[in-house]
Amino acid sequence: MVVGKSRARAVLGLRLLLLSLGAVVMIVPFAYMLATSFKPNSLALEVPPQFIPRDPTIANYRDAWSSNHFGRYFVNSLGVAVATTAVSVLLSSMMAFAFSRLRFPGRRLLFGLLLVGLMVPTMMLIVPQFLLAKQLVLLDSYLGLVVFYAGGALALNTFLLRSFFQDIPRELEEAMVVDGAGPWKRYRQLILPLSRPALATVAIFTFLASWDEFVWALTIINDPSKRTLPIAIALFQGQYATSWGIVFAASAIAVLPVIAIFVALQRQFIGGITAGAVKG
Amino acid sequence: MVAAYLFLAPGFVLFALVILYPIARALQISLHEWAIVPGIASEFVGLRNYTRALDDPIFWRALVNTGFYMAVTVPVQIVLGLAAAVLLDARMPGRIFFRTLYYIPVITSWVVVSLLFRYLFITDGGLVNWTLTDGIHLTDQNISWLGGRWTALAAVSILGIWKGIGWSMVIFLAALQAVPHELHEASAVDGAGAWGRFRTVSLPAIRPVVAFVTILLVIGGFNVFTSVFLITAGGPNDATQVLLTYMYRQAFTFLDFGYASSISFILTAIVFVLSLAQLRLFRRPGEPR
Repeated sequence: MVVGKSRARAVLGLRLLLLSLGAVVMIVPFAYMLATSFKPNSLALEVPPQFIPRDPTIANYRDAWSSNHFGRYFVNSLGVAVATTAVSVLLSSMMAFAFSRLRFPGRRLLFGLLLVGLMVPTMMLIVPQFLLAKQLVLLDSYLGLVVFYAGGALALNTFLLRSFFQDIPRELEEAMVVDGAGPWKRYRQLILPLSRPALATVAIFTFLASWDEFVWALTIINDPSKRTLPIAIALFQGQYATSWGIVFAASAIAVLPVIAIFVALQRQFIGGITAGAVKG
Repeated sequence: MVAAYLFLAPGFVLFALVILYPIARALQISLHEWAIVPGIASEFVGLRNYTRALDDPIFWRALVNTGFYMAVTVPVQIVLGLAAAVLLDARMPGRIFFRTLYYIPVITSWVVVSLLFRYLFITDGGLVNWTLTDGIHLTDQNISWLGGRWTALAAVSILGIWKGIGWSMVIFLAALQAVPHELHEASAVDGAGAWGRFRTVSLPAIRPVVAFVTILLVIGGFNVFTSVFLITAGGPNDATQVLLTYMYRQAFTFLDFGYASSISFILTAIVFVLSLAQLRLFRRPGEPR
């Protein structure tokens, strides 16, 4: 018994050791990024590397936020992500309601088309989408970002919400039907309130995807004042190849809110990521 | 019944406009020498954009580079992700902490981590070279990581693995936790050790999940773009182009929309065939088709 206990301890110790090693590998790049963001530029490539800056300065954050307009880009990203999330969650929850709760001819066909959208890599469509945005006069506009982000997120969101809506017991809905409630009322007063966790998960993922999206914004946005954070950071780095301090201050501004939200809501995140995989 | 279509219409119209219609358009564009100047008709060239790819050495290099990225990142992410999941699949302190930590690179934007790795892999003064020379004395010469094809692809692959491990780990962990305890206990009673139980109980039980993860990783690997675009931009001299960076260059640097679309379609076809092949490969012997 004693032997078993000490062996179990050793195994646990080994687990923790290996996991800690991995954790160090995961965290060191971020730690170094943060360190650099607090260093004056002349020390960004100093050897040996300093993980704790000798003379820490917040000048990079100040320069990034005000004189390099990252404050503005932050607001742009936020606005686009909020609008994208609102539009996409609303439209996909309505579609998911129809697919899971209503019967109508063409249901299988339309759902099949939705699955096609799920399988096609988005980047493959960038040329025709660019031509379409040009025709619709959506180039160089926030609306051009929101329309394509929201439209691009519909297939996955509808798919996830549909499987969640299907698990809501039919009896509740039938009771409402008996009371004379129409589909809109059932959607608003039954399905949506019961699906808050699923809606939150889908909203978080849509928001994140919009917040991080790079290539579409890079392609259609020309006006520097309309940049979102990802393209602003990449273009800034391309222009001032050695201003690593400001690049990483801006990066921290973009990334830290996301990490904070993730840590706060990580149960919901992990649930959302694994739901499809393990169930299916 | 009308209500159903009213619920569907707003979303489906938008979906059809920005996804379905562009799919059809991509095919059409790929069959044309696309004229970008308004008013000039595009010339129908049949499959010429596709045959052009077959004769284009940079296309082949991009294909090989993409394949290299996939072949390196997929197995390593599966093995390390599974290893981390097995380590975490036990009653122990700090489980949530480790799971959260490993997942942070996954939720971090590709733009930020790409620039970060570009910075870490700088030749003179980069953290990686400093570690290899002064840190562990593996070499006394700084490696010009981003100056050569294979070293640059290695750097990009390391980024892909680092960023992806958390994702496969989280999914494997959820699958391992769903394996019934009784199976492990029965196997232990039969005298199986930890490794034996892993091989005979856990692995078969999570096989469908392994298949799922593998297929998605292969698709993701073939779609590598932002990291290459921001770390090497396909250079030096197109040495590190991958399919999507080359497609993007053809489209928005050379404005050759027809050729770019044909590259997109070839990529999609490859991904589709690989996914089907894996579905067959992962099917259990004797399972219905």
